[in-house]
Amino acid sequence: MTKTHRRTIRFKLNGRPAIAEIGTHETLVEVLRRDFSLFGARESCGQGLCGCCTALVNGTAVSGCLYLAAFVDGAEVLTVEGLGSGNELHPIQQSFIENCAFQCGFCTPGFILMTKELLDRHPHPTTDEIRHYLSGNLCRCAAYPDIVRAVKAIAER
Amino acid sequence: MSSGKVIEPPPETKRKPGQVKRSVRRLESKAKVDGSAEYIHNLSLPGMLYGKIARSSIPHGKIRSIDAAAALALEGVHAVITGEDVRRLIPDPYYGPAFHDQPILALEKVRYVGEPVAVVLALDPHVAEEAADLIAVEYDPLEPVFDEVAAAKAGAPIVHDILKPAATFPDLKHLEGQSGTNVALSSRVRRGDLERGFQESDQIFEHTFRNGKVIHAALEPYVTVAEMAGPDALTIHTASQSPSFVRSEVSRLLGWPENRVRVRTAFLGGGFGGKLYIKLEALVAACTLLVRKPVRIALTMEEQFYTITKHGATVRVKTGVKNDGRILAREVETWWNGGAYADIGPRVAQKSGLTSSGPYDIENIGIDSHAIYTNEPPAGALRGFGVSQVVWAYESQTDIIARALRIDPLEFRRRNILREGRPHATGMLMSDIDIDAILDRLAERMDWDRPFDHGSGPIRRGRGIAIGMKACVAPTTSVAMVNIYGDGSCGICCSTVDMGQGSDTAMAQIAAEILGLSAESIRVIHPDTDVTPYDMATLGSRSTYHMGNAVRRAAEDARTQLLRMAATALKTDMEELECRDGAVIARSGARMTIRDVMVARFAMQAGNIIGVGSFIPPYEKPDHDTGQSRQITPFWMLGGAGAEIEVDTETGRIRVTKLVNVGDAGSAINPEIVERQLIGAGTMQFGFTVFEEMIFSEGQVLNASFADYKIPGMLDLPHDLTGELVEVPHQHGPFGAKGIGETGMFCVSPAIGNALYDAIEVRVTEMPLTPERVLRALREAKDQPLGSDE
Ligand code: FES
Ligand code: FES
Repeated sequence: MTKTHRRTIRFKLNGRPAIAEIGTHETLVEVLRRDFSLFGARESCGQGLCGCCTALVNGTAVSGCLYLAAFVDGAEVLTVEGLGSGNELHPIQQSFIENCAFQCGFCTPGFILMTKELLDRHPHPTTDEIRHYLSGNLCRCAAYPDIVRAVKAIAER
Repeated sequence: MSSGKVIEPPPETKRKPGQVKRSVRRLESKAKVDGSAEYIHNLSLPGMLYGKIARSSIPHGKIRSIDAAAALALEGVHAVITGEDVRRLIPDPYYGPAFHDQPILALEKVRYVGEPVAVVLALDPHVAEEAADLIAVEYDPLEPVFDEVAAAKAGAPIVHDILKPAATFPDLKHLEGQSGTNVALSSRVRRGDLERGFQESDQIFEHTFRNGKVIHAALEPYVTVAEMAGPDALTIHTASQSPSFVRSEVSRLLGWPENRVRVRTAFLGGGFGGKLYIKLEALVAACTLLVRKPVRIALTMEEQFYTITKHGATVRVKTGVKNDGRILAREVETWWNGGAYADIGPRVAQKSGLTSSGPYDIENIGIDSHAIYTNEPPAGALRGFGVSQVVWAYESQTDIIARALRIDPLEFRRRNILREGRPHATGMLMSDIDIDAILDRLAERMDWDRPFDHGSGPIRRGRGIAIGMKACVAPTTSVAMVNIYGDGSCGICCSTVDMGQGSDTAMAQIAAEILGLSAESIRVIHPDTDVTPYDMATLGSRSTYHMGNAVRRAAEDARTQLLRMAATALKTDMEELECRDGAVIARSGARMTIRDVMVARFAMQAGNIIGVGSFIPPYEKPDHDTGQSRQITPFWMLGGAGAEIEVDTETGRIRVTKLVNVGDAGSAINPEIVERQLIGAGTMQFGFTVFEEMIFSEGQVLNASFADYKIPGMLDLPHDLTGELVEVPHQHGPFGAKGIGETGMFCVSPAIGNALYDAIEVRVTEMPLTPERVLRALREAKDQPLGSDE
C-alpha cells in the first residue's frame, strides 16, 4: 500500500472533546464507527450521492464517506447520536417518529441531520424548499411524503 | 399452594382499542431516529479480517491462471483465497435455492462480468482493496450470450454444461432443466381449448413487450460477518432475508448438521428480495473456516449491480376477443433473462407464469414461461417475483384491446375480471377477492367519469389504469414461539426479518391482541437460528399471513397455558377466564396480573410459558403439463393503479403528476404501515418505469453507481401520490389479513404506459419509458425516425 501517513486529530464530537489516531486517507465515517462506535452516519453509495453518511461539521452537512477525517481536526462534529439531550429526543427526531417518516431507517439519520441544517438556516421553509433542500438524500423505501410532513410539522411550529 | 393475590377489578375496566387494525407506531421508532438501531452493517469483531472480492472482467471464459503473487506481497495482506482453496474445504462448492449451480468462487469458468474469482483478506480494508486490484487472472474467452430469446434458441452458446437441480423447496421439486440448452425451467399452464378460442374470436391481438434489468439498491449494502464458535461450529451474522435458508444451505455445503451453524440477522436497511437465499454467506463462511478468524465482507454500491438484479423479460401476449368485449382466449409466453446463475429465477418464472393471463376470467388459456441462463449478472427476486413484468405486458395489451373495441378501459376490465368462485387459469377457484372494489376505488380516485383535458401544444396530458394479480408463494412454513417471562412480560421469537416493512410491529400486534397486552409492551427477538424457530424466508408478501398465523397460534398456545395456571390459582374453570389489559380476568370479576399467575405457579417471579405455533397452508402441486391445481396459493394478491402524466412531446420526457396505488390487504393489521408499503412499492416501480435501467455493453454494466443509475428522489415524486387500501378479509388470514408488501409494484408501469398512449397516441412497448424511447416512438409514428448513435 502507498505509505500510510498517520496523525492525531483533536476535535469536539457531539459536544465532548475527542482525540483519534487516524490515517490521512481515512474518511470521517470510518473513524466514527471504528474509534467511537457511532453508527448513525453510515456508508451506502460511498460517492457523496445518497446522504446516508451525513454528519454536521461546524454546523454544515458533509458526506462522511468522502470527507477525510483529518479535516475535522479542531472542528465541531455532530452526529445523530449527539442531537438529543440526555434521554430527550430532539424535536426533529420526535417529529420523524410522529410522522412515521421511515421504514428501514437506514437513511433516517442523514435526513434528520440535513433537516437540522435546513432549519438552523431557514426556520420556516416551504414544502418546495424542503424538497429541494433534502433532494440530495435518497430513501429507497420512499418514505419521502412522510419525511416532508415531518419537516413541515416542525417548520410550522 | 396458591399465593396469587385476587384483586377486585377497578370499577370501570375499559377495554383498550384493539391491538390489531390499529396504526401502532413501529416498535423500534426511537432506535431508528437516534442512530442506535442494530444493522449487521455496524458489526466489527476483534481480530476481524476485511475481505475484498476480485471479479471477472469478461462475460464468459475459461480461467487459465490466477496470479496472486503481487497481492500476497503487499504488506498487510493476510491471505488470498481462490475457488481451488474453497474446493479443498468444500468438495462440491456450488450453491443455490433452485439449482446448485453457483460456485462460491469461480471454478474453471467465469460466466458473467463481475463474478467473484478471488478474495483478499486483510486487517485493513484499504489494503484488501488495493491488493484485490493486483490479482491477475488470465482467461480463454468463450462466446457469450446476453439476450434471453436468443439464448433460448438451439445453437446458442451454453452457459452451463450440466444442470444440477437443488430440490430444496417442494414447489421446485419438479425442476429438471434441459441439459444442452440454456433453459433452466419451462413451466406451462393449459386450460380449455386455445385453438378453438382463437377461432371463435372476432379479433386477435398479438404484441411483444420488454423490460430491462434494474436493481434493488437497498441502501444498506450486502454485508456478512462470520466467526468460529469453537473448533467446529460457525456463527454467521448477515443482512439476510432468509436466515433459515442460509443455515441449511451452509450446513449442506459443509456437510455439517444444522446445529453447528448459527445464523443471525438484525434490522435490514432494505431488502426488496435482494438479500434472499445465499449472497455473501457461503463465501464468508468458507473464508472464516480457511483462516480460522472472523471475516467481514461488505459490498460497495457498485458491487450490488454485480450481485443480483431483477429479471429483464420478453413477454409475448396473444389475445382473442369478441366484439362485445369478452376475452375468449389468451396465450402468454415469457422469456426471463436469469443471468449466469439460477438463484430463485426458476421460481420467478414459474410463479409469475401461473398468473400471467391476468386477473381475468378466460376460458381458454395457454401459458409458457421460460427461465433462461445468459452471461449477465444473476437475476432473482425483486419485490413481486416477476409479476410486474407480466402485468406490464398484459395490461398494456388490455388497454390496446379496449381502445380498439372502443370500450372504456375500465368498463372493458369489468366485463372480464375474475370474481369470487370463478376458476383461475390454474383451475383454483377464486376466493376472498373483490376486484370490482379495486376498480371502483380506482374510478373514484381517478375521477374516471370526468372529462379529461389532454392539453394542446408541446405538453400533452394523459391518464391510464391497470390491474394485476399475484398468487402468494406456496407451500411455505413458518414457526413461532411466544415466551412469557416470570414478570409477565412477553417476547416473540420468530425468524421473520424486519427490513422496513414493519413485521416486528405487526407480529407484536397479533400476539398482543390474543394475550390482552399492548403491542408496544412486547419485544420481538430478531432472527437467530439458535434461538428463533424456522421460517422459510421473508419474501413474497408471505410474512403477515404465514408468520402472522404462526404467531397467532403460538400466542393462543401460551394463553391456554396461562389460563390453565390461572384457573388453578383462582380455583375456577378456564372457560371463566380471559386475558385482558395485561391480566387474567374472571367472569366473576376476579383478576390476577400475569406476574401473579407466574408467582402462583413457580412460587416466585420465575419460569416461562412457552407457546409454540406453526403454520403451513394447504397446497396442491400444479400438474406438470397443464399447471392445473385446486390449491395453488394460500391467498391472492390484487391491486390496481392509476396514473396521470404530462409528456413533453419535444423532449419525450414524462412527468407523472398523479399516482394512485390500490391494494387489497385483507383486514390490515396496521393500516398506516400498509398504506406506506403501497406508496413505497409504487415509488420504486415508478423509478423502474420512468428511468431506472442497467445499461450493458458486452455484459459489462456501464452505469453501476448512483452517479449514473438514478433511483427516485424527493424531486421526482408525483405530487399527488397515494396508497389506497381495499379491505377484503381473508377467511384464513390472521384477523383477516393478507400480505401486501409487493402489491404496490404490480400495476404502476402499465398505468403510466397507458397514460402515455392516452397523451400522445403512441405505444411504447419497452420499459423504462425514458425520454429517448418516447421521443423515438413519437418520431417513428410521424415517419421521421431519429437516427441511431451506433
Ligand atoms: S454514503 Fe456518503 S453520500 Fe452515500
Ligand atoms: S427508510 Fe429505508 S432507505 Fe429510507
